Amino acid sequence: MASNVANRLYARRRFKNWLAMTLSVAATVFGLFWLAWILWTAVSYGINNLNLALFTQMTPPPGDSGGMLNAFVGSAIMSLLAIVLGTPVGIAAGTYLAEYANYRKIGTVIRFVNDILLSAPSIVLGLFVYTIVVAQMGHFSGLAGAIALAFIVLPVIVRTTDEMLRLVPTQMREAALSLGVPQWKVTTQVLYRASMSGILTGVLLALARITGETAPLLFTALNNQYWTTNLLEPMANVPVVIFQYALSPYEAWQSLGWAGAFVMTIFVLVLSVIARLVLLRNKLGNN
Amino acid sequence: MNAITTSIHAPKDRNARDARADRSFRWVVTAAGVFVLISLAAAALSMLWGGREAFQTFGWGFFTSTDWDPVQQKFGAFVPIVGTLVSAAIAMIIAVPVSFGIALYLTEIAPSWLRMPVGAAVELLAGIPSIIYGMWGLFVLAPFLAEHVYPWLDENIGPLPLLGRFFSGPPLGLGMGTAGLVLGIMVIPFISSVMREVFLTVPTQLKESAYALGSTTFEVAWDVVLPYTRSAVIGGIFLGLGRALGETMAVTFVLGNAHRLSASLLEPGNSIAATIANEFTEADSQLYLSSLIALGFVLFIVTFVVLAAARLMLMQLNRREGN
Repeated sequence: MASNVANRLYARRRFKNWLAMTLSVAATVFGLFWLAWILWTAVSYGINNLNLALFTQMTPPPGDSGGMLNAFVGSAIMSLLAIVLGTPVGIAAGTYLAEYANYRKIGTVIRFVNDILLSAPSIVLGLFVYTIVVAQMGHFSGLAGAIALAFIVLPVIVRTTDEMLRLVPTQMREAALSLGVPQWKVTTQVLYRASMSGILTGVLLALARITGETAPLLFTALNNQYWTTNLLEPMANVPVVIFQYALSPYEAWQSLGWAGAFVMTIFVLVLSVIARLVLLRNKLGNN
Repeated sequence: MNAITTSIHAPKDRNARDARADRSFRWVVTAAGVFVLISLAAAALSMLWGGREAFQTFGWGFFTSTDWDPVQQKFGAFVPIVGTLVSAAIAMIIAVPVSFGIALYLTEIAPSWLRMPVGAAVELLAGIPSIIYGMWGLFVLAPFLAEHVYPWLDENIGPLPLLGRFFSGPPLGLGMGTAGLVLGIMVIPFISSVMREVFLTVPTQLKESAYALGSTTFEVAWDVVLPYTRSAVIGGIFLGLGRALGETMAVTFVLGNAHRLSASLLEPGNSIAATIANEFTEADSQLYLSSLIALGFVLFIVTFVVLAAARLMLMQLNRREGN
């Protein structure tokens, strides 16, 4: 009788476990199914519309075929400028957190604020830069776009620099300091060298992140149908061109949008893989 | 003679120089740290300033009015706010259980050779630009739903009392339901990778003791892993919620851009981010522009609260771990 009850309880627990495991596997398949579908769409639509003209011609007038050369160049200029603006400030702030404010209240507060900045909607940062740059200058510009992207780069770099510096063993600092090396030299010549690959990973991840950012550029760089390298003018960029073309009724524009989206996706994926490999090599090297 | 004086004075000079350099270095990095602090506050204040005209003109009515009429210059945030909340809620209903399943699979069930590649794949997918999700939603998912799923919902669930109101209407394919689904799919990689990381922090001894007592895998997950990581799991969910609330591109494509309040999930609607993205460059008056920036301010406040709660809950697990 007692063993009967125990058996039934056991069977029920086994069944519950089996059910949960099945649901868990189903959830994984379900999640991966959608993501694979999206990736497949980007690849199949993209490859069909890919051609050399994409990289050699300018964005066409409505309904015409052409390429996205000016958009690629604009995106490259703005992304690089954003990295150049955001990285030094980010490294400095990360250094402050790890080396000067690690166990202080102000450090906790800045880390908290930085984490919020890290996941804040990019559209909000775009509006922020619109009010402080575009509204003051009176017109959209590539410079404003780069500043908006720099605000997305900044928290990523702060976070990785902070984390990587804190991973450096304290003995290394003590050894250098005991030789009489001033702290700024310890930081720049010992600690930065030890955490270089980690910080580089942060830069690569930040670049991957701003590559596909559309919303902040809508209010800052806007778009430009023509070739320009003047940072004070509105500047063409890949995400906004894709946005505009995908929502247009013209088939030629839509195909161009898909081709651009494909190139962008591949670029982002390759960057993230490289970033992870850099980090992995570093980890293996340390062990 | 000369040489001797320099050699005596050199270390002193160098000490002073080093101290000076140390001070300026400290000053520079502190300034950068404060800059991070200021930029968040500046973002909030600049949007409040940019939206002051709308707040002054409409007062509190800005939040409760359903008007959005550029011709008559009447703007209210109620419809976009509701749209943002509803689409994010649908996204969470889809994403949370699926993400939990994925995290559970990757930490407890999957054979160990499969954990690394699947985990890495999920994390890579989190990096795909959101505009890709939007384009897929518009060109692939919306036509599919309009043809195969929505007509069925309209026919079979539409006539039911209560529930029917949410699932009736013309099967356009664009609307709250589609937007929520796309958002949900988008945040799955985020939430599941946070959950996976959090699950991995549970001490092995704790799980092994439960297994030794004869627990099933599910019981270990539900009664040991989940209670241990509860606050961080909720934190991860809130992080995904923050993402869903503020997401622009993925929803702009599929919401249909209609300033109309409708109970049906099959009908077009609007969200804060989509309204701003769609109409910003068309805003032809100061008040219109100001209303859009005011919407941005509302979005900022909502996401700030959600993200702050998320971080606080994630910090709790860190404290328990002794970091």
